[in-house]
Amino acid sequence: MPDRRTLLRVEHLRKVYESATGNVEAIGDISFTMDAGELVCIVGPSGCGKTTLLKCLAGLLRPTSGVVEMDGSPVTGPSPAMAVVFQEYGRSLYPWLTVRGNVELPLRHKKLSRAARTKLVVNALEAVGLAHAARSHPWQLSGGMQQRVAIARAIAYQPDVLIMDEPFAAVDAQTRADLEDLVRELHASRTISVVFVTHDIDESVYLGQRVLILSTSPTWIQEDLAIDLPPERDQITTRALPRFTELRTHVYNQIQRAKRGQAVAPRSAR
Amino acid sequence: MTAYTGRVATTARGRTIGSRIAASLLYPLGLPTLLLVVWGLVATRTTSRFFPDPLTIAEAFRETWIGPAFVEDVLPSLARLGLGVAASIVLGVAAGTVIGLTHWLRELLEPLLEFLRAIPPPVLIPVVMLLLGITDTMKVVVIVSGAVWPILLNTIEGVRGTDSVMKETAESFRVSWWERLRFLVLPAASPRIMAGVRQALSVALILMVISEMFASSSGLGYRIAYFQRNYLIAEMWSGILLLGLVGVFLAVAFGLVERRVLRWYHGIREVNRA
Repeated sequence: MPDRRTLLRVEHLRKVYESATGNVEAIGDISFTMDAGELVCIVGPSGCGKTTLLKCLAGLLRPTSGVVEMDGSPVTGPSPAMAVVFQEYGRSLYPWLTVRGNVELPLRHKKLSRAARTKLVVNALEAVGLAHAARSHPWQLSGGMQQRVAIARAIAYQPDVLIMDEPFAAVDAQTRADLEDLVRELHASRTISVVFVTHDIDESVYLGQRVLILSTSPTWIQEDLAIDLPPERDQITTRALPRFTELRTHVYNQIQRAKRGQAVAPRSAR
Repeated sequence: MTAYTGRVATTARGRTIGSRIAASLLYPLGLPTLLLVVWGLVATRTTSRFFPDPLTIAEAFRETWIGPAFVEDVLPSLARLGLGVAASIVLGVAAGTVIGLTHWLRELLEPLLEFLRAIPPPVLIPVVMLLLGITDTMKVVVIVSGAVWPILLNTIEGVRGTDSVMKETAESFRVSWWERLRFLVLPAASPRIMAGVRQALSVALILMVISEMFASSSGLGYRIAYFQRNYLIAEMWSGILLLGLVGVFLAVAFGLVERRVLRWYHGIREVNRA
């Protein structure tokens, strides 16, 4: 049973990139919370600071101001409770290690017995359907399979939150559908919370229990939309539901408004 | 009719295999053989005693190098070379990793390193000789003083060029410093490091010979210079031949090691080419 405790809390997050040619305010003011066990999609127009937000969540970037709290304690650096799946699987997996070596690498510094470590690796590879490819090298696999390896590496790490940065942007449409279902399945079977950043509106509605729609930069949350689709989803029937179409149209319109600059930031975000 | 065409096909294929083997032998061995023949012809016609014919050189080779000279001259040379190359690799990779990872150190040292690299290493021989005397240590130091630069500079570049996403991945999974070095930084830099080692090998061979010619009582360089001074021309040529063979052997050995170490690197390139 997923409990309703707050896992991730973001409050008045602001990020300004300072440079010699002038400061760029990437994130204006973002606040939201996420409960344990939730699957939240973050969607927004291109260049809206999605990746910046994600890096702040993952502790890879220091916010200019504001707080990111994980399980009640502030995130000041990468946390063992979080695992990131990057968009560029080709640059995130290490080509000199085998698939198995890649999945095992983050576990090396955990105080685990060899047997326990092996079990986690085998289990994670089985979960993504790649048990047979453990001895291959990543570059011997297709793009979709490589991203599965990256997902296996993340879940073997046993995080509370899986942070995914446009993970399927670089794979073809059919592979993408399979990977989407894999994420939903892992989320359901492993009491793991997922923050899924994407630029694809359909993907956000199909995957998410909630969709956070971001404005253009300097970013704030334009809408926090609950996706009231049935929890059992599949690529054909769910996407054919009238409600699915309504939701995606709604998100689409919101993003168009964001792009045209028609959406007005709440007072707190200005 | 069918049998007939079948037989034609077989002979055609038989011919292709035969000619393929011939071609694969002809290409690598053809030109050296031709050169040997030309050398032999020129040597029998010329009156110059500085160009003995290949058979005389082969005979000199057998008499000079197969026997005690191998232990007295060839092995010490190879030992100095091996020691010098090993020290260059250890020093170059260790220092290169530290400099490559430390931004301010790199800014501080890079102009100096470029200058030191630009000094032709043989000019250091007199200096090192003054400091260390005519010793084996001096020869190894001379080899290192020349061979370390390509390894050092390539390691710095390789370490610095580690992919940013790969670094972020290690950071996000809290991979420890030591594991980052072992599983990320060094493998990522390994293609550059190996390129540096390849250059270092040829520099090291040159410096081995020169340092032995300068000041030594044993070694390949010493022997060749000795033969030359005593007008043992065929023996001198045989020493040069042996040096060439050592060079080829080094290149082959390096190729084998490189193929193993950089299997992933060549694999990716093959995949990308396909």
